[in-house]
Amino acid sequence: MHPTLLDRYQLKNSSIHRLDPRLKVVVTIFFIISNVSLPDGAWGAFLLAWGVILSVSFMALLGISYTAKRAMIVLPFTLTAVTIIFTMPGNSLLTLPFGSYELTDAGLMRFVSIIIRSWLSLQMAILLTATTSFVDLMHALRCLYVPQTIIEIVSFMYRYLFVLTDETTRLLRARESRMAALPDRKGGGSLMWRARVAGHMVGQLFLRSYERADRVYNAMLARGYNSQLSHPVACPFMRSQDWTSGAVAVAILFLLQIVGRF
Amino acid sequence: MLILPILPNVPLWVDNPSMHLPDGFLSLPISLFCWLVTIALLIVAIQRTKIELGERQVPLMGIMAALIFAAQMINFPVAGGTSGHLLGGVLASVVLGPWAGMVVMATVIGVQGLLFQDGGLLVMGANILNMGLLSSLVGYGLYRTVLGQSRAVQIAVIGGAAWLSVMTGALATALQLWLSGTSPLTIVIPAMLGIHAFIGIGEAFITVAAITFIRQTRPDLLETGATTAQGGRGWMVGGLAVTALVLILSPWASADPDGLERVAEDWHFLARGISAPYQIFPDYTLPFLGETAFSTVMAGTVGAIVVAIVVMLMARLLQKLTKAPTVFNP
Repeated sequence: MHPTLLDRYQLKNSSIHRLDPRLKVVVTIFFIISNVSLPDGAWGAFLLAWGVILSVSFMALLGISYTAKRAMIVLPFTLTAVTIIFTMPGNSLLTLPFGSYELTDAGLMRFVSIIIRSWLSLQMAILLTATTSFVDLMHALRCLYVPQTIIEIVSFMYRYLFVLTDETTRLLRARESRMAALPDRKGGGSLMWRARVAGHMVGQLFLRSYERADRVYNAMLARGYNSQLSHPVACPFMRSQDWTSGAVAVAILFLLQIVGRF
Repeated sequence: MLILPILPNVPLWVDNPSMHLPDGFLSLPISLFCWLVTIALLIVAIQRTKIELGERQVPLMGIMAALIFAAQMINFPVAGGTSGHLLGGVLASVVLGPWAGMVVMATVIGVQGLLFQDGGLLVMGANILNMGLLSSLVGYGLYRTVLGQSRAVQIAVIGGAAWLSVMTGALATALQLWLSGTSPLTIVIPAMLGIHAFIGIGEAFITVAAITFIRQTRPDLLETGATTAQGGRGWMVGGLAVTALVLILSPWASADPDGLERVAEDWHFLARGISAPYQIFPDYTLPFLGETAFSTVMAGTVGAIVVAIVVMLMARLLQKLTKAPTVFNP
């Protein structure tokens, strides 16, 4: 599996890609907070927020529908909120033929608002990872005072993610070829047996990874590792265009809240 | 998902969407509260693993996190197109120790949210708490209580803990959804617990099989992971407390949701979205601890007895199974 298959970073050269990663992280988080705190049925603010996302993804050369399409993965989760339509008190719009369930306007409004809020927040997070490389993201988090150890562990994980998913793919392929299935007969044994095979694969992967971690650590020691993974790189100063973008973002967030609340 | 068309037989973790909360489903106060709890626990976990592992901490935790991420791809077909797969919290905490398990699971969930948008950013604290920290606590706490017991009992308890860890995460998620005013309590708790009772079985089978395999191949690993953890009694108490809470809260919340809502109202917990309509209830001022309290405790006790019987039966069954030598050809 090639890393680019898994990585969501889109290599482009746009003004959004060149923005200070710290700024992008902070703006994303505050955008999501602003989204979550918008009241139900703030359609104007939702529309405006979506307009902002669309224009940013246009500026980032990602294409208009890039984030909207990828944010559809939120859809299966909406099942957890769907019942609020029938239980929230409000003016009845429709009574279901079975039971005493009533579709209320307040419930419907809340349900749709929850989904829109979630969909918009997801699009902003997608924008962040699509325009910021992993290394930049980690450096930004380090400069935002996330503890060094967490950054190092996450960076280490990222480095070996592709190695271990490759290894897992090989294990799965080997299982497929062992469990040859005929058209009229399923491959593999009973449910217990299948679960045990899967468990043994996990155990196998665990041991291989644990021993790999030992080897990696020994190799690091041999290269002079002394619990300092990387030399601390200074956090760069924000350039004037970063400050301008930040000011624009703050203005937009205020505007969103004003539109949403009044 | 980007890699689905290329690897049709590798369903990603997305086939269990009800656990990775996306942003927007939890209210701001609940999200921030969960972040606070998560940050506090993670700070301790990072410090403890640093003391235990020294400079091995970073490579070991990083690679183990990548392992859990990859191991979540390993699935097995159950029935009707659904498949069981691993979350890994109990596996990590039993083999690596509880603090290390917490660090590993938090890293996995953090990267899933940050890089793959599997789970939101603002609700990441809640996701880490539900799927990582609580499962480590339950898994290691229950395992620790039977550390000196026979192998079959240990394996059975690990299986029970794996199932319970999934249920704990589901219950926590359901409660957070309800407190945020996203789902009504009467529906979200039975639905989440019902679905995850099945998902938990897959988790239990895979965890037990994986740990049996590790024990046969590298028994030293399990010994070091279990003994290096400090404060064994604290873990036991914590694990048993969460277990008892889940066993008491689940039947109560399913049978008497009004009682739970009154408690939440009294404590000003409930999001304003759904709190208003309940003020019209005249019995709002009544003390909630009436006949319900007794029935609640009884329900929890019955649940605990049932789980104990199941665990004993599993131990009996496993004792028979483990006598036969298992051959594994990778």
